[in-house]
Amino acid sequence: MENIRNFSIIAHIDHGKSTLADRLIQFTGVCNERNFQDQILDSMDIERERGITIKSNAISLPYHAHDGKDYILNLIDTPGHVDFSYEVSRSLASCEGVLLLVDAAQGVQAQTLANLYLALEHNLEIIPIINKIDLPSADIDRVLEEIDSELGLDPDTHIKCSAKEGVGIEEILEAIVERIPPPKGDAENPLAALIFDAHYDSFRGTIIHCRVFEGIVKSGDIIKFMYNGTTYKVEEVGHFLLTRTKRDKLSAGDVGYIIAGVKTVADVRTGDTITLQDRPCSQPLPGFKEVKPVVFASIYPIASDDYQDLADSLEKYKLNDASFIYEKDSSVALGQGFRCGFLGLLHLDIVQERLEREYDLSIILSVPSVRYRFTLKDNKVIYVDNPAHYPDPAEIAKGEEPYIRAAMMLPERYLGTVMKLCMEKRGVNSIMNYTGPGRVELSYEMPLAEVIFDFYDRFKSVTQGYGSFDYDIIDYRESTLVLMDILVNGEKVDALSQIVHRDRARSRGLNACDRLKDEIPRQMFKIAIQGAIGSEIIARSTISAFRKDVTAKCYGGDISRKRKLLEKQKAGKKRMKMIGSVSIPQSAFLAVLKSDTD
Amino acid sequence: MKDNLLKTPSSQSGLYIHIPFCKSKCGYCSFYSIKSLNPIPDFIDALQKEVKFYSKTFKSFDTVYFGGGTPSLLRPQQLETILKTVNKYYKIDPHSEITIEVNPGDVSLEYFKALHSIGINRLNIGVQSFDDQILKFLGRRHSASDALASMKDARNAGFANIGIDLIYGVQHQNIKSWEKTLQTAINLKPEHISCYQLSLAPKTPLYSTYEAGGIKLPSNKMQAKYFFNTSEILENAGYLHYEVSNFARKEYLKSKHNMKYWNHVPYLGLGPAAHSFLNNKRWWNKSAVASYIKDISQDKMPVEEQELLTPAQLQLETLFLGLRTSTGIDLKLYEKNYCTDLLEDKKSIIDTLIKNHLVEIGGDFLRPTQTGMAVADSLALI
Repeated sequence: MENIRNFSIIAHIDHGKSTLADRLIQFTGVCNERNFQDQILDSMDIERERGITIKSNAISLPYHAHDGKDYILNLIDTPGHVDFSYEVSRSLASCEGVLLLVDAAQGVQAQTLANLYLALEHNLEIIPIINKIDLPSADIDRVLEEIDSELGLDPDTHIKCSAKEGVGIEEILEAIVERIPPPKGDAENPLAALIFDAHYDSFRGTIIHCRVFEGIVKSGDIIKFMYNGTTYKVEEVGHFLLTRTKRDKLSAGDVGYIIAGVKTVADVRTGDTITLQDRPCSQPLPGFKEVKPVVFASIYPIASDDYQDLADSLEKYKLNDASFIYEKDSSVALGQGFRCGFLGLLHLDIVQERLEREYDLSIILSVPSVRYRFTLKDNKVIYVDNPAHYPDPAEIAKGEEPYIRAAMMLPERYLGTVMKLCMEKRGVNSIMNYTGPGRVELSYEMPLAEVIFDFYDRFKSVTQGYGSFDYDIIDYRESTLVLMDILVNGEKVDALSQIVHRDRARSRGLNACDRLKDEIPRQMFKIAIQGAIGSEIIARSTISAFRKDVTAKCYGGDISRKRKLLEKQKAGKKRMKMIGSVSIPQSAFLAVLKSDTD
Repeated sequence: MKDNLLKTPSSQSGLYIHIPFCKSKCGYCSFYSIKSLNPIPDFIDALQKEVKFYSKTFKSFDTVYFGGGTPSLLRPQQLETILKTVNKYYKIDPHSEITIEVNPGDVSLEYFKALHSIGINRLNIGVQSFDDQILKFLGRRHSASDALASMKDARNAGFANIGIDLIYGVQHQNIKSWEKTLQTAINLKPEHISCYQLSLAPKTPLYSTYEAGGIKLPSNKMQAKYFFNTSEILENAGYLHYEVSNFARKEYLKSKHNMKYWNHVPYLGLGPAAHSFLNNKRWWNKSAVASYIKDISQDKMPVEEQELLTPAQLQLETLFLGLRTSTGIDLKLYEKNYCTDLLEDKKSIIDTLIKNHLVEIGGDFLRPTQTGMAVADSLALI
């Protein structure tokens, strides 16, 4: 255990986390140049393209240190978005230290600070790293000053590096060995291992990623998940080198994997504690929380023939995403589909993108919703996350919506605009703290529905990226709710219906009508878009018709050319959904959630 | 579709002959032609051989159309030679429509008389405009007065079926000057008028000028205004607006040959770059005079490419071609060819289109209204 170090890298987006991870991997020689694919930890295409790590991942780096000893350095990668903050906290709980990466040109940024707070919460050793020192715009003195004043860390403890150029890598590895404490724990104790991630392997089933805190786990053991008491027989344990590498056992302090015939990742809960059935530990490890979806939307295939494909793809996708849930649903306008639950809008985006990219499906998403609670006149309480199931207004005694407590960290200069934004979003009970010179911690209680309606993008834009945002669901609060429908040429498009606060209905209706006007291409006839509560029209916009599109000439030689052109247009039209007589593009369904202020 | 044979309203095929020579190229024209006139004799020899190639595939024609290029660059004797060969290998219906496109600058009373004497009974005169500034902009060799003179000569030579081509939506033009050109045309009482909106095809000089920002096209709104004003003016003058760009003084004065393109009637295209269509097959010749002549001299078909159309492709063509014409789509024939009832199939959208006055149903035809004709390409994508 003396020779193990468990650490993570935390950074603001684009400060070079993945590049540094790559260099550490290369330096320790886990893989050679030939099989090295840049930014190995971000293994999915989407992650590479968006530059964010969606799912955590881990790798064990063997390192022969200057003290002459051999070490195993376990690098645990963390996702970087608010939707996945719980996963981040579980990954950090598996570490004893972090590398806090700061860009030499950009200095300390919002996420740097937010991540630092997370690390401090877990009592981790923090090694500040100034990256990108090769940049001409690097200003190391200023960054050192910020590390001192804004982060409250000892600037003398920093290491300068250029992950891109490979400068300072060895120094970092030495610091990990010297400064990050070895894991504590006792291999003789009953097993207590923290699950920080899981992924699905089509040959082996679920691969559990865990950090062993106490005891030993080996193949043949009967393990127990403390959350629900289910038991499995361990088939294999091992370390993550470039690929999974089988070991006899995992002992206290180790980071590695367990394969135990678990069918899907949904059977595993991140943050749960694994122990042995015949010798269980007395208490689960602290911090477990069941992650529940908070945003709901329906997914429909654009072509109804693709329904079965969609069903198969969701089943496959679900194998690897425990936080995603779905069930059958149907829409008058869009036909058969599925109602799905997500951790947040980014999660929803990712699911949509992966279904389209990896499973080659063209899908439409309905307007996302939170889960409302209604008490009916007969005292029955129902939860509604689908506007299609909105109860008869005459039967409703009380409507309630979920509230969150938003925790924001931002430079003082943005305080005014952020407070304005929060109040616009029906935020209440603000708490403000100065955490350092010019830096404010701001907290509001807000309806979750307002947060999914374009809050995060606007927050980022008003703080110019310097603000960090995190939230917890706190409770349900009474609210005046109405069902707002959208009609396209007089036909109700149920997938565009939203449950909204009465006071917001008109502005949301106008916004939806305007966004749809921008998204729906002009057609041969005029299109009226209306927002309605029951039979009352509260908003309206009109898309005028185009009057001429026909080509002047069409003789012998033109016909094939013309047909090919129309075939192309027709293929493009397949990406749209015909509702009544109007072709509505996929983008329109999500656009109604965006406000036009950005 | 049974036997892959498309059922068409008329069994008589059309013959198109492409004469790929021009003394100068017009900036907007994308039809294939070359400026050197030297290969004309060899071309005519090759063409006569090509006529024979298809004598087993096609039996008879009731339209012949000399297009170009500039067919009026050929001497009447040369045209006569070609027609004689055609007559030798195919049955040409005695009531055939035999058309030649002529350039007003190249013709004379004698020339027209000679054309008339060899059996050509329809002229299509490339007037384009009665405004010299616009003619110059378009790169035409002739003047407005040449156009007026050729019209007069053609009448005097005995032509009773004359069509003229006009272009609108051109720089230096406005609605008013266009309407003046239209009025001049109406006063000449041609049997047929084609009014084309200027469209810029890639690889044409005007297109390059446009790309470089040298010229502007009218806005979509203005284009629509030109279209509807043109239709209204010509219809008030007694012309039938029977296809997007075509107007005829009487039902029987519609271009019989061009109608074949819009009705999927078979046609044979001879000469470089000419397209042919038969049943579910379309093929076209190489766009090069030299290889055309060379291939034929080696007894090879000078075909560049051919395509076999799937029923779905034919169906799409039926829609976009039929909706260009005032006659519209023959619903019975459609059902026979594609085994589906168009009105049932697309009921909801067709109802909306009817409600919005874009199409109407008359007898067994689904036809575009005038408003619908202007958006025929979109109508076809229902």
